[in-house]
Amino acid sequence: MIPTQALFGQLLIGLINGAFYAMLSLGLSVIFGLLNIINFAHGAQYMMGAFVAYFALQWAGLGYWPSLLIAPVVVGLFGVVLERTMLKRLYHLDHLYGLLLTFGVALVVQGLFRNEFGSSGLPYAAPPQLTGGYNLGFMFLPTYRGWVVVCSLVVCLTTWYVIERTRLGAYLRAATENPTLVQAFGINVPRMITLTYGFGVGLAALAGVLAAPIYQVNPLMGADLIIVVFAVVVIGGLGSIMGSIVTGFGLGVVEGFTKVFYPEASNTVIFVIMALVLLVRPTGLFGRTT
Amino acid sequence: MRERPPLLAVRDLHAWYGESHVLHGVSFDVHAGEVVTLLGRNGAGKTTTLKSVMGIVARRRGSITFEGRELVGRTSNHIARLGIAFCPEERGIFASLNVEENLMLPPQVRPGGLSVAAIHALFPNLHERRRSQGTKLSGGEQQMLAIARILRTGARLLLLDEPTEGLAPVIVQQIGVTIRRLKADGFTILLVEQNFRFAATVADRHYVMEHGRVVDAIANAELDANMGKLHEYLGV
Repeated sequence: MIPTQALFGQLLIGLINGAFYAMLSLGLSVIFGLLNIINFAHGAQYMMGAFVAYFALQWAGLGYWPSLLIAPVVVGLFGVVLERTMLKRLYHLDHLYGLLLTFGVALVVQGLFRNEFGSSGLPYAAPPQLTGGYNLGFMFLPTYRGWVVVCSLVVCLTTWYVIERTRLGAYLRAATENPTLVQAFGINVPRMITLTYGFGVGLAALAGVLAAPIYQVNPLMGADLIIVVFAVVVIGGLGSIMGSIVTGFGLGVVEGFTKVFYPEASNTVIFVIMALVLLVRPTGLFGRTT
Repeated sequence: MRERPPLLAVRDLHAWYGESHVLHGVSFDVHAGEVVTLLGRNGAGKTTTLKSVMGIVARRRGSITFEGRELVGRTSNHIARLGIAFCPEERGIFASLNVEENLMLPPQVRPGGLSVAAIHALFPNLHERRRSQGTKLSGGEQQMLAIARILRTGARLLLLDEPTEGLAPVIVQQIGVTIRRLKADGFTILLVEQNFRFAATVADRHYVMEHGRVVDAIANAELDANMGKLHEYLGV
């Protein structure tokens, strides 16, 4: 018999991991949809978000709340510069080139941070408003963890709404299909591409700030996570917005439960699911079969 | 009648797709309020001419002026903002957008476009099917949608690339009615057509293209007298 405390504890850990999987795979999907770039730098950009929060506190005394805004903007601008100077030269080439460039950027960025800060984590405290927790009767819920899950859900669903239900989102969807024609209607598509990349990268940085109090700030925090996130993206179907969100949370929970019922498989269960999904639906669970 | 400068003046236009030189000095005029067709066989350069005016073919030389402004060197989004709209041969209906989103997609570039109500009156099917996915429409409905969405924008020069291609005769007739109606409303239309029988029902003048050049100009009234020549050009 599995104790309820352990079950719900793992469910919560699964939801937390899922919150990060969802935010990161969402950004990857949006970027891939419009830019045709598989952004391997996503994990490094997530880590940069956590470090910007850390620097803001160390150097300027700016705490968690301002960092939720500062880190996505700073890292998003880094993404905009990267897109303007490098990525835009690759759009007419095979996916592989974008993957190689962003993978290289990730290695350089992670290497620089590791030289400077080593690979042990730097502590980053949760804001005082979010410390403590609630006893829900069947389990103890740390406030900060609940906040992360809610925050991720709000960000993901807002992004989904903007893309699927607004005029701006219609431009984005249309430009994903046929950028030439959308530009011929009078839309500045190159600028839209730059901003979309900046947004996706900013989303990764926001996830990084949210992660800092849970996992500490570590130069390799993104490198560890991004492999799983790519598996999530493959399972959900690259380019599908809702697919990324549902698969991200779903797989986090599956992973959590695996820890309870068969801990030996908890590190591999997502990859096993990926292999099975690829066998049955090569475009992913939510991918368009075109 | 022709003292005013042309709305669109194309002079010695050359264009390239990558290394291949497709247009070799195209020149023609379109005056405000006219419907003008570009006729010619496949590969004569008609579509490339439209795409060069629109700025979709980026590598071009020569001169294209619209209301006196030079278009060569501008990107397609700037050209659209000057008041030119393009309806591509493949129609370009977006699968991830429903009919209404497709209709509302092109931004208004100038005041004076048709209202959505006027567009729905012109194309009632688009209203009935406004929640359907864009590509679930029939070929004829997709063509109507492709034309309809550029009428909202306020653009006064419409570039239509083979709007009748692959459509049933009754739909072709309907498109003919639409084009004459738009002309009566003051739109200027540059039309690419393979079907000169259809072109004859809507156009004021025709330019014939061959091997990336304009080789002849025929007023619609003189079409009958030039039928022999036209058959030779078009190989029909």
